[in-house]
Amino acid sequence: MSEPEFKKLLDEPLSVINAGLERFAQDLDQQGVKVVHVDWAPPAGGDSEFVKLLSRLETLSHGQEALTKRIEDANQKALKRMLSGDPVLVDVIPASEAIPELKEHMILHAGPPIGWNRMCGPMRGAVAGIAVFEGWAPDLKTAEGMATEGAFDFQPNHQFDAVGPMTGMTTISQPLLAVENRRFGNRAFCAINEGLGKVMRFGGNDDEVLNRLRWIRDVLGPTMGAALRAGDGMPLKGLVARGLSMGDEMHQRNIACSGLALRAMSPALAATATDTTILSDVLAFIAGNDQFFLNIAMAMGKAVMDPVRGIDASSLVTAMSRNGTDFGIQVSGTGETWFTAPVEMPEGLYFPGFTEADANPDMGDSTIVETIGLGGFAMGAAPAVAGFVGAGAASDAASYTRNMGEITLGENPEWTIPALDYLGVPTGIDIRLVVETGLAPTINTGIAHKDPGVGQVGAGVVRAPMACFKQALLAFAESVGVS
Amino acid sequence: MRAVIVNEVRQGFYLDSVALMRVSRTIANLNGIDKAALMMGTPANRKIMKDAGLLDDVGASAAGGDLVIGIRAKDLKTAEQALLQSQAMLDQPAADAGSVSWRPKTLRSAFKSAPDANFALISVPGEFAVAEARKAISQGLHTMIFSDNIDLAEEASLKQEAREVGRLVMGPDCGTAIINGVPLAFANRVPRGGIGIIGASGTGTQEVCCLIAQYGSGISHAIGVGGRDLKSEVGGISTLMALDAMESDTSTSHIVLISKPPPADVAARVLDRIAKMDKPATVCFIGADELPMPANAKQVFSLKNAAQTACGMGNEFMNAKVPEIIDTVPARRKQIRGLFSGGTLCAEAQIIFRAAEEAVISNTPIPGVLSLGVAKSGNTLLDLGDDKYTQGNPHPMIDPSVRDDAIIEALKDDSVAVILADVVIGYGAHYDPAGHLAGTITTHQPTYGPLVITSVTGTDGDPQVRSVQMSKLEAVGILVAPTNADAASWALSAIRSKA
Repeated sequence: MSEPEFKKLLDEPLSVINAGLERFAQDLDQQGVKVVHVDWAPPAGGDSEFVKLLSRLETLSHGQEALTKRIEDANQKALKRMLSGDPVLVDVIPASEAIPELKEHMILHAGPPIGWNRMCGPMRGAVAGIAVFEGWAPDLKTAEGMATEGAFDFQPNHQFDAVGPMTGMTTISQPLLAVENRRFGNRAFCAINEGLGKVMRFGGNDDEVLNRLRWIRDVLGPTMGAALRAGDGMPLKGLVARGLSMGDEMHQRNIACSGLALRAMSPALAATATDTTILSDVLAFIAGNDQFFLNIAMAMGKAVMDPVRGIDASSLVTAMSRNGTDFGIQVSGTGETWFTAPVEMPEGLYFPGFTEADANPDMGDSTIVETIGLGGFAMGAAPAVAGFVGAGAASDAASYTRNMGEITLGENPEWTIPALDYLGVPTGIDIRLVVETGLAPTINTGIAHKDPGVGQVGAGVVRAPMACFKQALLAFAESVGVS
Repeated sequence: MRAVIVNEVRQGFYLDSVALMRVSRTIANLNGIDKAALMMGTPANRKIMKDAGLLDDVGASAAGGDLVIGIRAKDLKTAEQALLQSQAMLDQPAADAGSVSWRPKTLRSAFKSAPDANFALISVPGEFAVAEARKAISQGLHTMIFSDNIDLAEEASLKQEAREVGRLVMGPDCGTAIINGVPLAFANRVPRGGIGIIGASGTGTQEVCCLIAQYGSGISHAIGVGGRDLKSEVGGISTLMALDAMESDTSTSHIVLISKPPPADVAARVLDRIAKMDKPATVCFIGADELPMPANAKQVFSLKNAAQTACGMGNEFMNAKVPEIIDTVPARRKQIRGLFSGGTLCAEAQIIFRAAEEAVISNTPIPGVLSLGVAKSGNTLLDLGDDKYTQGNPHPMIDPSVRDDAIIEALKDDSVAVILADVVIGYGAHYDPAGHLAGTITTHQPTYGPLVITSVTGTDGDPQVRSVQMSKLEAVGILVAPTNADAASWALSAIRSKA
């Protein structure tokens, strides 16, 4: 008689996974037995409707082989597309050229669709500012009046291959960073980072803000564009990998990548700049902005995620974004549908003179960075940022990254974190896992003042609202014939 | 309130802005402080501080590489104290927060953390246990389910699925196992040896393991199968798999099977399997009548006899000498009150009583014993670990204080001659159940009260140390029998000495 399979266990040292009573794990640990204790909680917070749904969608049980395979195959395809993306910063071009659909009086904004009447203070401030900048209104007050009367066509950036930080204003004459995904041939766009302090992305709209935007349009954009066109563009995958090893997570900390990007562009800038004053101004502007790379990272994220859209039966998140009023997500298998819920307040640290009472709820398309496994997902690479979590110690940073590993389909083998033994950043958010674990994506974010025109007042961490993922899961289930 | 502004500039002192914001927040939260900020003195930062009303001439003179401390307080004294504290925070090296050890939150990520895992121990609430067990089995892990309240049909289908992929499911409601010398959940540290145990009962397995150790032999493995494995619906799937494994396991030379009496069809299947083995077996179906046994198997009727048979002690079962103190119980006290934490220990006591033809009542009666609901008075043997008692309460093996009320009531009851109580130690159990019992008895024992007779299920290798536990009981006049069966026999002797 052949030896039964189970008999092997009697000949091997035990390596135990313990779920439930912690005492059992402690007893094993004390005896020197290898044990991993699971910090277990009921799936979906014990919500029986979702527990049932999840078991039909194959995260909680098996048995429906065909559906399991269909979802798994779709998700593997989606993950593979994400990981094989090859984003390169190729150009800076006017928005009119990047997005031919853009017209006068058309304003692309951050987040899921929203009209003027539901826009938060900073978003309204930015709308008024950009209308003056584009010459659609002589002053801010007139611009606001025009907005109230419906003079502007508001559309989300995400619908036009674009992303924008915080308020995310994208209009016809702005210069946009162009990132090309050379693996799939698509392009994505994002405005250039204006710097810190009082800026339009935080709702700033006075002359200082508008003059800076004009300089970006007239000088910085064309100068950068010429430099990038002079070479074969700036490949971003490797640059981000190095940034991770230098303590950036690409959302709240971009110091290393900003420096690396400037280093990469400097020779071409020097070669192509039309005069030394311009060159000097451009170099000084980039060098003086620790967050310069953020917008490049965002365009990169969009360029990587767009080819992942529309894969039937894939439960992978293709976009997370917020407009200051709503948080929205999109899922590969459910196409362009937004699943929205009221956006949450960030928790964090405030600049002197400001408190939570001044803060606007979370805002911006910058969560595309978390969608590709950076930002809050790569917190372990950037212990300095973990301080934003409030009382969290720098050593907590690793836990953030590992927790995000609970809700993702895999790790990025090229984007690794040295301090976590070269663990790849958690990649490919699966809505099923988010709902099952109750762990919402962690997002590192800047905090805007709630009133128009004031600007940034702090930085912190916010969670994506679970309600978005639950709605998305219901729609996803329907899309694969499960209800 | 007239605010006071105090500034200090530290030249050439750099600190990361996040670190500075954290200090700022701590200082700003102090009593009497209106606002506070620590920033590097760049023009932009100085403007922020000025706008916030935190900058005086001192701070205004700072350069970009200097650190500016700005404090606005209700009075100068408060401001200066806050300044001192912020300086102290700047100079103090960061306290080591200790490395935070991360734990996976799902089995899915636990598999990633421990790719070599071969065993899952699941004790989550019953409604979720089967789903978690399925995940473990699909990853190729053998699984022990401590959880109970699981549907019998689900248990059957889970075990069938696992068997198809060669994985063993121990449980549900499996409290005890020893695999490769490693005690799992509620189990004892026993020497390794040639006796393999397959147990559908947790405390039964514990008692037999510990007695085998006491008799100088050892255990190869103790495989738990769960209390319902031998029901017809499940058909003994895990028991049969365990028999297969034990048969081919060279370290096992003798097999002990412990279970409640199975239905005839399952008993036949299991005994047929045993008959085909070339190893001797001891079969203890607790409470069952005599059954025809295969030539290589011997049926025994108590846990003690199971251990003695397995150790080759033959038919001359040793009974411990009854202590003389048994005779001192006042004649008006006539009843035995058994208060057990282990269900199978309670059942074994019933077997002893039944064999001695002593009437007894139980909440978990074996065949031939009256049910608690039917008879109201007389000798009573209660399993306090039964579901009815543990709903909303910890199990008495984990928290012995849940047994206190019943013990106190028995101590005060004039009709009670003997309180019979088990003490179960080992991994999983309370850290000092004997100490707790001794304390309860000494506090509440009336003069000329009932005798208290116990036994300690455990070994000196256990964390609680059996001999230490026995001493704690003996020190307060509690009688400690060498086995649970002996404790029951002593109790019988005590009431019969009056007759």
